[in-house]
Amino acid sequence: MIAELGHFALILALLTALVQGSLPMIGAARGDAAWMALARPAAVLQLVLVALAFAALTYLYVVSDFTVINVAENSHSAKPMLYKVTGVWGNHEGSMLLWILILALFGSMVALFGANLPPSLRARVLGVQAWIGIGFLLFTLLTSNPFLRVFPAPADGRDLNPLLQDPGLAFHPPMLYAGYVGFSMAFSFAIAALIEGKLDAAWARWVRPWTLLAWVFLTGGIALGSWWAYYELGWGGWWFWDPVENVSFMPWLLGTALLHSAIVVEKRDALKVWTVLLAILTFSLSLIGTFIVRSGLLTSVHAFATDPERGLFILILLLITIGGSLLLFALRAPVLKPGGLFAPISREGGMVINNLFLAAACATVLLGTLYPLFLEAVDGSKVSVGPPFFNATFVPLMVPLIFFMALGPLMPWKRADLAGVFARLKLAALGALAAAGLTLYLREGWPVLPAAAMGLAAWLFVASLVEWGGRIKLFRAPLSDSWRRARSLPRAAHGMTLAHAGMAIAVAGMIGASVWNLEEVRNLRPGESMQVAGYDYRFDGVEQIEGPNYLADRARFTVTREGRPVAVLTPEKRLYPVQNMPTTEAAIHTTGVSDLYAVIGDSDGRGGWTVRIFHEPLVPWIWLGCLVMVLGGLVSLSDRRLRIGAPKRAKARPDAAQEPIPA
Amino acid sequence: MSLTRKRRRLYIVLAALLVFGGATALVLTALDENLDHFRSPKDLIAEPPAPERGIRLGGLVEEGSVERSADGLTVNFRVTDLTESVSVTYVGILPDLFREGQGVITLGNMRADGTFAAREVLAKHDENYMPREVVDALKASGNWRHGEELSQ
Repeated sequence: MIAELGHFALILALLTALVQGSLPMIGAARGDAAWMALARPAAVLQLVLVALAFAALTYLYVVSDFTVINVAENSHSAKPMLYKVTGVWGNHEGSMLLWILILALFGSMVALFGANLPPSLRARVLGVQAWIGIGFLLFTLLTSNPFLRVFPAPADGRDLNPLLQDPGLAFHPPMLYAGYVGFSMAFSFAIAALIEGKLDAAWARWVRPWTLLAWVFLTGGIALGSWWAYYELGWGGWWFWDPVENVSFMPWLLGTALLHSAIVVEKRDALKVWTVLLAILTFSLSLIGTFIVRSGLLTSVHAFATDPERGLFILILLLITIGGSLLLFALRAPVLKPGGLFAPISREGGMVINNLFLAAACATVLLGTLYPLFLEAVDGSKVSVGPPFFNATFVPLMVPLIFFMALGPLMPWKRADLAGVFARLKLAALGALAAAGLTLYLREGWPVLPAAAMGLAAWLFVASLVEWGGRIKLFRAPLSDSWRRARSLPRAAHGMTLAHAGMAIAVAGMIGASVWNLEEVRNLRPGESMQVAGYDYRFDGVEQIEGPNYLADRARFTVTREGRPVAVLTPEKRLYPVQNMPTTEAAIHTTGVSDLYAVIGDSDGRGGWTVRIFHEPLVPWIWLGCLVMVLGGLVSLSDRRLRIGAPKRAKARPDAAQEPIPA
Repeated sequence: MSLTRKRRRLYIVLAALLVFGGATALVLTALDENLDHFRSPKDLIAEPPAPERGIRLGGLVEEGSVERSADGLTVNFRVTDLTESVSVTYVGILPDLFREGQGVITLGNMRADGTFAAREVLAKHDENYMPREVVDALKASGNWRHGEELSQ
């Protein structure tokens, strides 16, 4: 009954989306206010219906209704309640439903909070949102219906893949999806502007918060996924350049570019055509991210089982969305009037550099990800593109980007004086030299490249703080005066400083992780010890334990350094009997500057166990940096100028960010 | 006015050419050196690759072939496409889903003595899932049994 209700609600949502995608669009073309006004209640109704369907599926999971195929295949009565709920989106059908729910949520947010959007723009934005919704609802209903029944019903379910039974991964898909779907707002606004033939600073002011919100979610989602891979897979790595990682990273790269170019549109009315193109491409990559791994086109470690019928549907959907929007772009982009002029060396110029490097980096990742497909289509040979390729292409592009990232915020709009900018960066140069020197001092063997890289991270970090310090006249005015300035500084300025500094922290972590990571594999008997990076790991033995739905061998290591106790690590090797699937649970102790990471392997049957110890310097900084970036995004979002409902009020307010920056 | 606009566009185009040209150069050199080629055991025996060539060897772990050496770390096993098989040596912890009779992909190099030195062994997260490349290799060797547990 509940399943049929959910199915029915989903069909009604499709019908609502059809109305929302057609009548308001026609109304906008004809200038008919009543038809345009239809978009808002339709968007809200669509949310209610999709939420109903989602709630129905969640209910089916909670009560373990195994007459529904989806529940029987992905759940089990003995599973902890948290994973019953998160299991809703731990499978293909459920994750599609989640996608649609988030899409409807964003659409209704425009409907509810977009009161001061021009009616025709609002109608068109909601119309485009509805088109996307139609595509996904059709896809779900026709090829991936989560509400189908099975007869006879099995006695119990087949359980969720144990690797996914983890709090980190439970919330990774919703965040990632919120990021992907969030970029649909920028896309809808871009398409609406192309149809409208009008794009101005106000447009950018509406697009920015949505892009920022999507970026925050995507950053968080990627970081969470990478963290999960780090502690759950037991390989000691945090990024593998696997296709599924790459497809989430590409929209992040372009989305970051979009975030910056939208600022130029808002402040200077320039780069409009490019920004519209970026919005289209970013969402296209998000669609590819949702689909490409799932369609089975690319072999990936975490593909869901595939189905050729779905693959074809997906391909058609991608073709219509991406091809159609690019065609519209080609036809209508010339209508958009070119905007403000700027000198090459200026804030705008800096943003162009940022955009170029991010777009080029995204292109190399795209190429590396799709190259095996091309090659197989051309001559049938099967190759894979591994991390060495990405390290050799992506990293060299990031080096100049990070270097220029320090300069950008210090340059004023329109025209900048490069000598003045560098003069303000003396402190940053000093910081870079100090970090490089420290690296050379601490590490043996004269590591020139890693030292230079750490210097670069410090350069960005100090430069971000210098810019912020300059704005509030830190140490140039009395502290109380600086405090007052800091409080009156727009939140977006604080946000930018946080985001840039967070990037510097994450970069330092990535350098540490890839250069100084130590791995030691041994066969140990209980009582024996091994030494890794100055820490002694004593293997105390292995005991059998029983979890709620698994059995485990739990090893115990006592870690000491020069005789002083540091930590007790208890890595596990679990067996989930329902799927007869073993998993590895790494044990990690963090000191703040490095992680001690232990994994237990197989017993050799003669009393010894394979033991793998990693020493991971600076790795915790990767996620610390991501957290700071997310925080920066949130602080920036709280800026009243970016508040979704308040762009008008902000217009009347004197804009502190446009004051010339004191040299 | 129009000159400035043109000039600005010129600067942007030049910068774009520089960045994208650089990226293209990086990609071209990296693609040449950093590809791992997929081979089935049959391919490897018919046409042994140069030792420095990165190879992804895929197939099934031959039943009864997994042996651990006395040091407890080195593992020897044979990867088969049910026609030919290749002996593989790996040092370290095998993935959780590594089992005899299961699909596996190993990354490494062919040694001069005809054995394969793996530096990485991959087994899929999901036990119902068979690497697509392994399915194709089994089909090519005529040993694909459709509809058995091997199918997805």
